[in-house]
Amino acid sequence: MSTAIKEQEFDKKVDLNIWKRLFKYAITYKWLVVIIVSMLAFLALADLGYPLFAKYAIDTFVEGKTLEGLTEFIFAYIGILILLAAFAVVLFICCAGKLEMNIAYDIRQQAFKKLQELSFSFYDKTAVGYLMARVVSDVGRLSELVAWSIVDLMWAATYVAGSIVVLFTLHWQLALLVLTVIPPLAVLSVVFSKKILKYQRRVRKTNSKITGAFNEGIMGAMTTKTLVREERNSKEFVVLTGEMRKASIKSAVLSALFMPLVMFLGSAGAALALFKGGQGVIAGVIGFGTLSAFIAISTQLFEPIQQIARIFAELQSAQASAERVLSLIDTPLEIVDTPEVEETFGTNFEPKRENWPELIGDIEFEHVSFAYKEGEEVLNDFSLKVRAGETIALVGETGSGKSTIVNLVCRFYEPTQGRILIDGKDYKERSQLWLQENLGYVLQSPHLFSGTIADNIRYGKKDASDEEVRRAARMVRAEDFILKLEKGYDTEVGESGARLSTGQKQLISFARVILADPRIFVLDEATSSIDTETEQLIHSAVDTVLSGRTSFIVAHRLSTIRSADRILVIKNGSVTESGTHRELLAMKGYYYDLYTTQFRDEARRAILGFEEEVKPEEGFDRYQED
Amino acid sequence: MESKQQKKKINWKLVGTVTFGVRRYFVLGSAAVLLAALTAYAIPLITSFTVDYVIAGEKLQTMPSVVYGWAEKIGGRDYLRSNIHIMALILIAAALLNGVFTFIRGRSVALASEGIAKVIRDTLYRHLQAVPYDYHKHSSTGDLVQRCTSDVDTIRRFVGVQLLEIVRTVAMLIVALIIMFSMHAFMALITTAALPVLFLSSFVYFRKVRKQFTLSDEAEGKISSTLQENLTGVRVVRAFGQQGSEIEKFTRCNAEYRDVTFKLIKMLGFYWGLTDILAYGQICITLVAGVILSVTDGFTLGQVMVFTAYAGMLTWPVRQMGRILADLGKATVSLERIDEILSHPAETEPGKALKPVIKGEIEFKNVCFGYDAYDDVLKDISFKACPGQTIAILGSTGSGKTSLVQLLQRLYTCTAGEIIIDGVNINDIDHRLLRSNIGIVLQEPFLYSRTIRENISIVKPDASDEEVYNAAKIAAVHDVIESFEKKYDTVVGERGVTLSGGQKQRVAIARMLMQNAPILIFDDSMSAVDTETDAAIREALNKRRKSSTTFIISHRITTLCEADNILVLDGGRLVQQGKHEELLKVDGLYARIAGIQNMLEQELNGGGVKSEHRDQGTGI
Repeated sequence: MSTAIKEQEFDKKVDLNIWKRLFKYAITYKWLVVIIVSMLAFLALADLGYPLFAKYAIDTFVEGKTLEGLTEFIFAYIGILILLAAFAVVLFICCAGKLEMNIAYDIRQQAFKKLQELSFSFYDKTAVGYLMARVVSDVGRLSELVAWSIVDLMWAATYVAGSIVVLFTLHWQLALLVLTVIPPLAVLSVVFSKKILKYQRRVRKTNSKITGAFNEGIMGAMTTKTLVREERNSKEFVVLTGEMRKASIKSAVLSALFMPLVMFLGSAGAALALFKGGQGVIAGVIGFGTLSAFIAISTQLFEPIQQIARIFAELQSAQASAERVLSLIDTPLEIVDTPEVEETFGTNFEPKRENWPELIGDIEFEHVSFAYKEGEEVLNDFSLKVRAGETIALVGETGSGKSTIVNLVCRFYEPTQGRILIDGKDYKERSQLWLQENLGYVLQSPHLFSGTIADNIRYGKKDASDEEVRRAARMVRAEDFILKLEKGYDTEVGESGARLSTGQKQLISFARVILADPRIFVLDEATSSIDTETEQLIHSAVDTVLSGRTSFIVAHRLSTIRSADRILVIKNGSVTESGTHRELLAMKGYYYDLYTTQFRDEARRAILGFEEEVKPEEGFDRYQED
Repeated sequence: MESKQQKKKINWKLVGTVTFGVRRYFVLGSAAVLLAALTAYAIPLITSFTVDYVIAGEKLQTMPSVVYGWAEKIGGRDYLRSNIHIMALILIAAALLNGVFTFIRGRSVALASEGIAKVIRDTLYRHLQAVPYDYHKHSSTGDLVQRCTSDVDTIRRFVGVQLLEIVRTVAMLIVALIIMFSMHAFMALITTAALPVLFLSSFVYFRKVRKQFTLSDEAEGKISSTLQENLTGVRVVRAFGQQGSEIEKFTRCNAEYRDVTFKLIKMLGFYWGLTDILAYGQICITLVAGVILSVTDGFTLGQVMVFTAYAGMLTWPVRQMGRILADLGKATVSLERIDEILSHPAETEPGKALKPVIKGEIEFKNVCFGYDAYDDVLKDISFKACPGQTIAILGSTGSGKTSLVQLLQRLYTCTAGEIIIDGVNINDIDHRLLRSNIGIVLQEPFLYSRTIRENISIVKPDASDEEVYNAAKIAAVHDVIESFEKKYDTVVGERGVTLSGGQKQRVAIARMLMQNAPILIFDDSMSAVDTETDAAIREALNKRRKSSTTFIISHRITTLCEADNILVLDGGRLVQQGKHEELLKVDGLYARIAGIQNMLEQELNGGGVKSEHRDQGTGI
């Protein structure tokens, strides 16, 4: 995960292919784009129109010493420059906003759908924070950039083109002269925009370091006190804020320098117009109106050019986010159903349930080999037969392969070699959803979704009646505590179930499984210790869930291990001991050692109580910074 | 949301402190703002002078007479007429001056705002280190970090962007009004007619739109939380085959955000459109009025140009001003939130802050402690420990073990009784000296997110490699570290390698060894280390610490039985103390823990213990 957030090279050239793909999202909304483009073209021309109208007013009325035609002039001014322009402004902002929102919506939908299909090997390598940053902030930033850069580019391009046309029509010699400021203006703008963005990036990076330092300073407050490091920490922090100040000031000074420089160049254009134009007026070859229009237009010319430079610099700096978002969408799927399977059983999103055979629950591993990474085999030629309804407990050290076996059963991964048969058929000949809908899966650290308790129990069977929900809860003895809550089944569990204890969450996750009534049940107990109260609550619930289902348990607690039909000790990807609790104890092997250690730990916990685990508080998400 | 925040209490003393040293930049910045405004207004005047006087030959009544005096001095109108480049150069010079002042303004503002931000950040950080541990225990990290980052940023932005913008707008308005009214009062009135409306509409609008901003933020937050829930629960989603319904759920949030934000943008669109009508209407009225006056009342062309230019120059800042004033409350609220942290008193010395030499003789005399008046975490604890002794502490959850240790470090002070270290009351010892003489390893040690080497040598940054390696070897973690790709330069924590609980504990033990303290505390600090390594570490430690007083909180009989004195805590009371052999003879917690081995043997010989140990579990 840390490699994923590495700083991307900033000085990369703008990769047109990436932007072409992103702008394609915009093109889907042809009409929005057409309206934006035409409104902006109109507005740029209207912006040019102000000096021209002024020129007309000066030439006709002031010079001509007459008010004839003034009413028409006023109407034209109000009609075209004010009302039409205001209408265009409203329209283009709304359209650009719509475009921005639609692009963001589309990309997010696509990314989310992709995330629902990606296999677990992807999730193993990718941190949640990283994905969140991509889907939320990167997409937001990109869609904004794409939508509004169309706006800015269109306006700037029309304005520049229009200015050039107007100036040339009015007086081409003078126009040539005035336009000499454009090349230095463009160069200056590009150079500065890049520099400024670079510094802003540095500021953001330092800023995220400061956030990190605050985070650490607060979370490690006790350690800092006991190590008497307050002074040194503060000193280090001062260095960091010093860096921040330096970088920020540098970036601000650059901006402070940039604007006056650009405006100065603009004024230089105006001065040129005044000088040559003034001579022209004196000589009688140029009208007053023309002169004033030249001055007005040339003073404004710096803005669109600076705008164009800024957009290119921004595209360049956002390129890294664009690449990250597109690569997420492009990530290939590792587990896919074959076209034949999809034909018969439907896809994950459009299942054809009527064609699904009933799942009995006989499971067989047939010479299965598996590696997460090429060359590092976790399972090698592993064979195992499990009868329907049997409970298998898997024990062994971390990395022995027990979780892998469970992952393979769930088809979170597929064997690299060999087959896994369910009811005598290779499970690849069935759809993923067929297996998943017949699968119950509970993690030791249970995951609930925000919503009510009833919503959560209903998660695997959305159309279950209230009575069914309650029956499931009663079966795992969860109803007692649920009814004690203020709103009973309608109690909101909070984000990720934050308002419930671990034990309560666990029971709800069991009720969830009971209601979904799967044929295969998988329980992955984590090593983390649980308190005695929870232990007892869970013990009877597990028994209820296990009965009548083919079950795999990655076991750590003695009570679950003991109640299994068969215990498999897994070591380096193969079964070293197999049998019932009594049989394995008699062997005095690995299981014996494991059991006695575990027994002591549990007994000690029973006497001394459960040591509350100090959960490190979640710090600020720093993936968002780049 | 805003009604309650209106009770603004600005802590001016705090404002004084944080602006100390950068106030001159405000003065400089304000001066630059004024001068920049002046030069900005001079530019249209120069153009007007050139067009009216130099080219057309009309003398304006309102143009300061010095200008004409100057024109006469350098050779009169004819000279300028034939050397019109002089006027162009003057224009460029004015633009240059304007540029210089704008630059100075930008730089001063940056120096001021970044300076203030730095002072606030440094003060906050220092203060958060200085407040008593109790404060951290009771506040949420997220909230504190939020205040230290976003609130500081709000203030920085206020100073950096908004404050001088107000000064600038006011300055521009005043200068423009003076120039315009001295030129032509009626035209001046016309030119500024729409400005109050423009200002008010901006102000009102940005107040109103805030709610929509909040809605949009909330909708985005909803996307984030839905996504996060889905990603962290991805296994559950798949195991129940709920991808389809998850997509539906996400689509709802996604569409909600799209629609809410689009509404916000639409509101912005109408705002811009409507205020554009006002702004350009203003320019139009000015132009038309100028034109009419020029035909009927001898108004000059140059004057028309000046007034239309000013109308254009004023509308934008006035519009901005409405927005800034609408946002003004935010900075005050942020300052208040920061003030709240800073007003919490820092840790103080309750006694004489002596700095005695600490050898490690410790005596607890009838020590009582409670976090508040209502609870007794520790009651009447008395015991004695001599240098070189090992004191083991055993107790169930909530028995007060950790509090006892925290009292020893004076993270809290005892409410009654006293703790004597080498004959000095602990309250009279300087807390820095006290803590640096106590080494502690927690069950869940905190490591700083830097390299392992830096973590181990954190109390002694100039330690040699050998010292670091030795400490790591005693803590049985050297080989583990060597097996990492970057060895001792491996960065731990969020940005680097995640260490397992046991590895962390061992690194923390190595860190503690570098401290070379006469008093050592192991707060259940080898719980995640397997028993063999535990024994190895203890043996190595025993060789090294000859004279230090050692406290060990543990549940392992093998660890406990080696101690010179074992303290058994229950419900905050010291219920038993003595050596292993003594305690074994008495029925109690210690004997029961020691009896687990017997239970196990019974269980292995034929079961039946299962229910018994269960009952004991509920009994406690």
